[in-house]
Amino acid sequence: MSQAEFYQRDRERHPAALTPDYKTSVMRSPRAALISLQQSVSEITGPVFGHNDIDPIDNDLIHNYAKDGESAIGERIILHGRVLDENGRPVPNTLVEAWQANAGGRYRHKKDSYLAPIDPNFGGCGRTMTDENGFYFFRTVKPGAYPWRNWVNNWRPAHIHFSLFGTSFSQRLITQCYFEGDPLIAKCPIVKTIPTQDGIDSLIAALDMNATVPLDSIAYKFDIVLRGRRSTLFENRLEGN
Amino acid sequence: MVQKLDYLKETPSQTAGPYVHIGLAPGAAGFDIYRQELGRDIAGPNAKGERIRVEGIVIDGTGNPVKDVLIETWQANAEGVYAHPESAGEVEEGFRGWGRVITDFETGEWGFDTVKPGPVKARKPLGTGPLHKPAHAGDDWLGRGDAEQGDMAPHINLWIVARGINIGLNTRLYFDDEAEANAKDPVLNLIEWHNRRPTLIAKRSERDGKVVYRFDIRLQGEGETVFFDI
Ligand SMILES: [Fe+2]
Repeated sequence: MSQAEFYQRDRERHPAALTPDYKTSVMRSPRAALISLQQSVSEITGPVFGHNDIDPIDNDLIHNYAKDGESAIGERIILHGRVLDENGRPVPNTLVEAWQANAGGRYRHKKDSYLAPIDPNFGGCGRTMTDENGFYFFRTVKPGAYPWRNWVNNWRPAHIHFSLFGTSFSQRLITQCYFEGDPLIAKCPIVKTIPTQDGIDSLIAALDMNATVPLDSIAYKFDIVLRGRRSTLFENRLEGN
Repeated sequence: MVQKLDYLKETPSQTAGPYVHIGLAPGAAGFDIYRQELGRDIAGPNAKGERIRVEGIVIDGTGNPVKDVLIETWQANAEGVYAHPESAGEVEEGFRGWGRVITDFETGEWGFDTVKPGPVKARKPLGTGPLHKPAHAGDDWLGRGDAEQGDMAPHINLWIVARGINIGLNTRLYFDDEAEANAKDPVLNLIEWHNRRPTLIAKRSERDGKVVYRFDIRLQGEGETVFFDI
């Protein structure tokens, strides 16, 4: 049984809480400093999921809300990649959840009133478990850009929201995946909450011709890195008391 | 030049946005898609211990409720055991200890039902430092290499995401009827400002014979909840 901590979160790589160009953060960001904890059992554990929790169709957004024999409208894509930790090891059997707007940029949500139409065959969410080597994939349609109120005229680049668990509550992460070549990425105040260009680049899925399915779907590759854990090299010594 | 360290870097966080429910609680967004949504039943039917309800509201820096927040909860069972292989002990069949909590979109009020967790054993210390607490050290003694700490008071770990929150906020909920355990809790004692500690303590009451704890979370400003870098 390992009891080692996870590496501290690199706060210089994540967005700050207060990012005034993303206006909603102004009144929703704590002013006091976070209090740093040495991880206890509460932080090194987290929920465990199994294949009983989800269904095989859940990772196919083209079909998981479509009527029988029908499918979602839009550019068909495969979004695939690996979940790794900071040590470069795969994170197997971990839950990956995704949600997105449809090909027109409209979300199936009570609170979304954008004039682009709802696609009756598209729900907009999916989930899957990584395999034993940390691989996952979704079949979906490429989401459309959509407008939002921040400045008078802001548009979100095409993006898919991702939610990840890893093996501990301290690895819990929500992020967004963007797509190679999108000119809106560089203009987005939410993207620009990320303080480094390298960090931004790490959220842009690459066009992956090798993974396309000819005459069916284009593919993008999106790898995700979760916090790593102190090396087992020292485990015996650290636990040897 | 020196050799390169070949670690990867954690993927940067991005806000969960206003439509987080589509992904994590589609029923709340207004549609059914999955056989079962995750995180609806925290304790399961077989969990022992006291059944409780926790209710609250998340308040922004203007004093208004945050109506589109999503909270995840993570807790031990009444014996202080987490449903995880690295927590020593067993949990009841069906106890996951993890929940997803959404607000009423009109009022921002949220609530969840669970069992009250027990005290949690502190983790073994790491590092090569002294194994015994030095005589001069106070209750807030929590450095690396420290000796084994006492148990942690019963608590529920919370993770808060929403539009406008760029990276999920971690906090803990403690219980006001555990004053003695709270006074010794190593995490509460780490908070240097005593007047901020009560922001983490839920208030117990009874309603229609049910135990209800109230826990409001203030994101910013006066009475700001303590958030942790875990
Ligand atoms: Fe979005």
